[in-house]
Amino acid sequence: MQTGNYSINEPSMSKLFDNLAEKGKTMYAPKNRGERILFQKVEKFGEIAGDYLLTANSAKEVVFPRYEKVFSYKKTQDGILINDPTGNPFSEVVLWGSRPCDAAAFIPMTNTFEKDYIDNLYVKRRKNLLVLSFSCNTCDEFCFCTSVNGGPGNTAGSDILFTRLQTGDFLAEIITEKGKKVVEENSSLFEASTAEGKEQSLAKVEPRFNQDEIQAKLQELFENPLWAEKSRACLGCGTCAYICPVCSCFDIQDEAHGSQGTRLRCWDSCGFSLFTLHTSGHNPRPDQGTRWRQRILHKFRYMPDKSKIAGCVGCGRCSRSCPAGINILDTVTAL
Amino acid sequence: MNELIKKAASLLEANEVQVVIGYGLGSAKRPQAIFVTTPAGCEQLMFDNRCIQNLAVYLTKQEIRKLGKPAIVAPLPVLRSIVQLVAEQQLTEGDLVVLGIDPDGKLLEFSSFKAIESFLSDHKIVIEEKYLKKIEEIKNMPVGERFAYWVELLEPCFKCYACRAACPLCYCTRCTIENNQPQWIPVASHLQGNLEWHVMRAMHLAGRCTDCEACYHACPLGIPIHLLNKSLIQDLSESFGDYGPKISEPNMLSSFDPDDKESFIR
Repeated sequence: MQTGNYSINEPSMSKLFDNLAEKGKTMYAPKNRGERILFQKVEKFGEIAGDYLLTANSAKEVVFPRYEKVFSYKKTQDGILINDPTGNPFSEVVLWGSRPCDAAAFIPMTNTFEKDYIDNLYVKRRKNLLVLSFSCNTCDEFCFCTSVNGGPGNTAGSDILFTRLQTGDFLAEIITEKGKKVVEENSSLFEASTAEGKEQSLAKVEPRFNQDEIQAKLQELFENPLWAEKSRACLGCGTCAYICPVCSCFDIQDEAHGSQGTRLRCWDSCGFSLFTLHTSGHNPRPDQGTRWRQRILHKFRYMPDKSKIAGCVGCGRCSRSCPAGINILDTVTAL
Repeated sequence: MNELIKKAASLLEANEVQVVIGYGLGSAKRPQAIFVTTPAGCEQLMFDNRCIQNLAVYLTKQEIRKLGKPAIVAPLPVLRSIVQLVAEQQLTEGDLVVLGIDPDGKLLEFSSFKAIESFLSDHKIVIEEKYLKKIEEIKNMPVGERFAYWVELLEPCFKCYACRAACPLCYCTRCTIENNQPQWIPVASHLQGNLEWHVMRAMHLAGRCTDCEACYHACPLGIPIHLLNKSLIQDLSESFGDYGPKISEPNMLSSFDPDDKESFIR
């Protein structure tokens, strides 16, 4: 076996899913839940939603849960016992059905959690994660992956990228060693192939802006009436941050009960007024305009300034789901 | 629509208001809240049945208040919220101009908040049949099953608080959730945190909620959290009769009468 391109047909896809699930891996995939399709745990191949552009939530929960235990403590006669969850085994997780933008988001996410400070909770989850993505053959007016160095057939962040070809079969591009291992362990399901037919099967996502130009412009625009104008309808909720596959700000919370307790890290959002509120009562970001500026600057200037990778993968979830209809493209393209 | 545009433009022209809060088509061709400050800008105003965001939420937002006196485009749900905000002393006569939209899409002008209240007495809150059935179904579940139903329904909630942010009646500048000494409600979106948040939210809106469904429309995960509010509205309608926002009568749950027929109150 060698890395490269393979083809796999639909019945074999189902078999591949079963083989991975049978090994005790936790499977995450897009699945209907009430009125939305969400990334969530699935048991069977048949539960996976068939027709979706993107899930309503992002896949970041597989590496950055919405709340997680950092440690717990208990005071005993012998002293204080600390339980550090990074010492526990982490289950192997398969993310099935992510889009190229979902997968690409793990790159800036890894920069956040593995660069300046090595966050062991993240490291262990990411290490145990297998990312099996599917190229996009459709897109909508909110998609802009091609403006942030991505694309509907982008392989970055995935272990295997599947593309549904016009023949009905799937092209499987093996990107990493983890992906290679999947093919080796399921070799009867894959056939050697070429990447022929991939481009014709992909959605056409028109570029909407140039990330490098935006980054350059943002060096100067800290004080600008645009921030207040473009965020006027903002309600100050956390939707954009919570469904964003890259946003990774968190809040530390202690839940104590008598002489024992747990320290948790919980998702947080720069859109919340409490996010920057000082103990003194002073708030350096006193209104939604300054909070919106932070969101844009963090994604399109600070992150690329620091690590050459934008903090946005162009999935468009924030714009699709904003309860006030704010479209991030309106701000970025107006700069 | 021309009527609305003309009226809005004339208000800005005469400087009777400094901003018109209304609906306009956004870049993705879907309606969104717009804040028009020039007569020419009023051309962007539109209204159709896709305009479901409750604009009354902006009447108490500091960023919008800074723009000056507003006129607001107000279909039924917005009118109801305005009356409730008046009843709760959040708005006073003269604070705003209401550009009402009747259920047929026609422009309505009101001489006072009382006039809105009177208009609403002909457009009462009615819980739709499909929700009544759902509520009854939930209430008839054995307690364990009912608990499991809510646990399952609320499990995906990651507490972005879009439900709170979109609600015109959640105008507290410091919500219970932000009181952290002590932390009344857990911040984490685990089972306890989610249940406490949603029950608290529903209870703070009991007797006040005007059934606009803004919370439900705002939820990025499509969780039907408005079921809790609708259920409370139904309970209150059954116990107290005529439910709806009122200026001329005391609030249903935050007032009492010493001559109440129930003895526990004395």
